[in-house]
Amino acid sequence: MTNVPVEGIAIPEVAHPEPQNNWRKYFSFSTDHKVIGIQYLVTSFVFFLIGGLLSMVIRAELITPQADLIDRTLYNSMFTMHGTIMIFLWIFPSLVGLANYLVPLMIGARDMAFPRLNAAAFWMVPVFGILLMTSYFLPAGTAQAGWWSYPPVSTQNPTDSVITGEFVWILAVAISGVSSIMGAVNFVTTIVRMRAPGMTFFRMPVYVWTVFSAQIIQLAALPALTAGAIMLLFDVAAGTAFFNPDKGGNPVLFQHFFWFYSHPAVYVMVLPIFGVFSEIFPVYSRKPLFGYRVVAVSSLLITTVSVLVWVHHMYASGTPGWMRMLFMATTMLVAVPTGIKVFAWVATIWKGKLRLNTPMLFCLGALIMFVFAGITGVMLASVPIDIHVNNTYFVVGHFHYIVYGTITMGMFAAIYHWFPKMTGRMYYEGLGKLHFALAFIGVNLNFFPMHPLGLQGMLRRVSSYEPEYAFWNVVASIGAFLLGMSTIPFILNMVGAWVQGKPAPDNPWRAIGLEWLVSSPPPVENFEELPVVVSGPYGYGKSDPLVENAAALKEG
Amino acid sequence: MDSSISTEKPDVAIAPHAAHAHEEDHAGNSMFGFIIFLLSESVIFLSFFAGYILVKTTTPNWLPPGVSGLEVSKPAINTVVLVASSFVAYFAERALKKENLLVFRLLWLLTMAMGAYFLVGQAIEWSELEFGFSDGVFGGLFYLLTGFHGLHVLTGILLMGIMLFKSFVPNNYAGGHTGVDATSLFWHFVDVIWIILFILIYIWQ
Ligand code: HEM
Ligand SMILES: [Cu+2]
Repeated sequence: MTNVPVEGIAIPEVAHPEPQNNWRKYFSFSTDHKVIGIQYLVTSFVFFLIGGLLSMVIRAELITPQADLIDRTLYNSMFTMHGTIMIFLWIFPSLVGLANYLVPLMIGARDMAFPRLNAAAFWMVPVFGILLMTSYFLPAGTAQAGWWSYPPVSTQNPTDSVITGEFVWILAVAISGVSSIMGAVNFVTTIVRMRAPGMTFFRMPVYVWTVFSAQIIQLAALPALTAGAIMLLFDVAAGTAFFNPDKGGNPVLFQHFFWFYSHPAVYVMVLPIFGVFSEIFPVYSRKPLFGYRVVAVSSLLITTVSVLVWVHHMYASGTPGWMRMLFMATTMLVAVPTGIKVFAWVATIWKGKLRLNTPMLFCLGALIMFVFAGITGVMLASVPIDIHVNNTYFVVGHFHYIVYGTITMGMFAAIYHWFPKMTGRMYYEGLGKLHFALAFIGVNLNFFPMHPLGLQGMLRRVSSYEPEYAFWNVVASIGAFLLGMSTIPFILNMVGAWVQGKPAPDNPWRAIGLEWLVSSPPPVENFEELPVVVSGPYGYGKSDPLVENAAALKEG
Repeated sequence: MDSSISTEKPDVAIAPHAAHAHEEDHAGNSMFGFIIFLLSESVIFLSFFAGYILVKTTTPNWLPPGVSGLEVSKPAINTVVLVASSFVAYFAERALKKENLLVFRLLWLLTMAMGAYFLVGQAIEWSELEFGFSDGVFGGLFYLLTGFHGLHVLTGILLMGIMLFKSFVPNNYAGGHTGVDATSLFWHFVDVIWIILFILIYIWQ
């Protein structure tokens, strides 16, 4: 593509050739970042379905106050595997997949800096996913200590085999960590060194900024979890006493390692979704992103502050008062760069010509959910409230507004938005809107009741509860099943549209950005000739006088 | 398609590239990637160190019963050898830059030997200690830190072996020395980590 596609007043509907579907390449060791991106997305979605089925079992158990559906061991293993799968096999890999697909295209590169490393990092995902699943067949059963794996719960071993569910769990999470570090090295190198001529940092789309910031967190904080995991592995399998208080060890040390990573990790998950918002709102509002530079830089600010707040997860772990106050203050500080972003998105939509296509609907829904979760987050960050609701369903409600309401819904927005680019076909708008409606209602029905439940004192990770909690639990379970159903139109849409959807033009949304300049789907080498970038990424709505005149005439 | 938007003209953000596409600098990418990988590895060590400091300063019965401390003199000799080997590696790298393959190979081999000396010294020390891996937090942390570092020394020696082998492949170093540069950087890294470790474990008892 050597010509610049300039859109005029009338858009010619060019006939597009039927896109070729060579599905076999998605099952092979490919080094093309686009193939790897889709491999990640599809694989992680399969795990999303598995994790989702587990959550249905959990919610089915919680319809009644008694623990009558499954026994407690199985219940523990259900929520442990659910959380682990959703975090390590859905959110992380799907975000990496999206970034894999988009980043090289958006910065005008032919591929990632290290294509083979990239493929190797992807293939580790099914490997550790399957490894994790095999623990269902172990005599000792799967891990049961939750996704935190706090000792001493996680180091208990009633059986006499060394290969326990916990052992396998740590190994799987360790492989996921290796894969993430490989990915992070690749992304940071690609973004720093492979940008097309003229693509300065301040001409990069915000999405690339957010991926960059998130991957820096991976490099700076993930190794702390690795250190903790190595020590936990020895405690579980070799009888060391790093975290065993009976032999002089320190269980709180594990919590430090864990949260030093896992708090920043929430920003690894949510930052790219902020990037998605920043790409989608301008396109569907036909307005430039408000305060582009500030929004871009605020991602790095979030990165910096996020590694300074981990102790807000440990207010109730015997943390001294002065330390609680310190971390309460730093936590509140995160609200500043985050608030800037929310303000910028609202200002972008404000008085824009909104197009309510599926991606835009999902983004709007996700933004609302995020604002709500931010409010409960600030509540949790204040010590007195947290001491009250710590370890209750309030916390579960808070983070599910983030991980489902914001991140997963944002992910769906991204998939719909870039689907035409990835497949060369249009998705079905009707099915997309149905998906959105079911999901939006389902998320709120499912997760809102957890807030009153938590305030009333219902503990998390229990399979039976006092009868007075029954009402909200039934509501939540109905929401959960609705949410489960909402994925059916999504699957129908994706499979149906990919097989026989209408061929998509190169730039169906009239978006600006390098990825929309290449054909749909893009050729193997992305760009026949590398582009030279001459301006920023958000010049929407800057119409020239001629066009404005024409518009005025038309409106009469 | 939505008709309300057809009156807009997105501005042109891109100019087609008239000149040749720029060349990719693969060696530069590799070195850059390796450096950020090392930065990230140093966070693992920093975490171990932080854990060590936290546990040491908060645990009342820090040493296992019957253990009074660690012997410093032999590990000190080991330290001197390892630090010196970093300089040898540096001169090996310089010799290679001057295309003096023979000197490079000799110095490189010497670096490997010094690394091996360090490892053997550590193995002997381990075999003579009167506490084990699972003897309280101190035993665990001691073997974990020295062992994890030793693993890095071993990796460094293996990497150097590969580079040495590659130096016998004709014309292999015509395009650049990224592999050797990266290996020697790794070796300096392992060295610096050891100095911190030595101070933390042996000096600050
Ligand atoms: C931005 C994306 C966010 C994500 C993905 C997220 C995710 C989570 C998760 C997963 C947990 C539960 C951890 C567990 O105990 O298993 C949690 C708890 C918590 N979150 Fe968030 N959160 C986010 C934003 C925030 C914000 C903005 C704040 C504060 C301003 C906040 C404050 C807290 C606090 C204090 C807890 C601990 C509650 C407790 O354990 O008692 N979070 N969050
Ligand atoms: Cu947090």
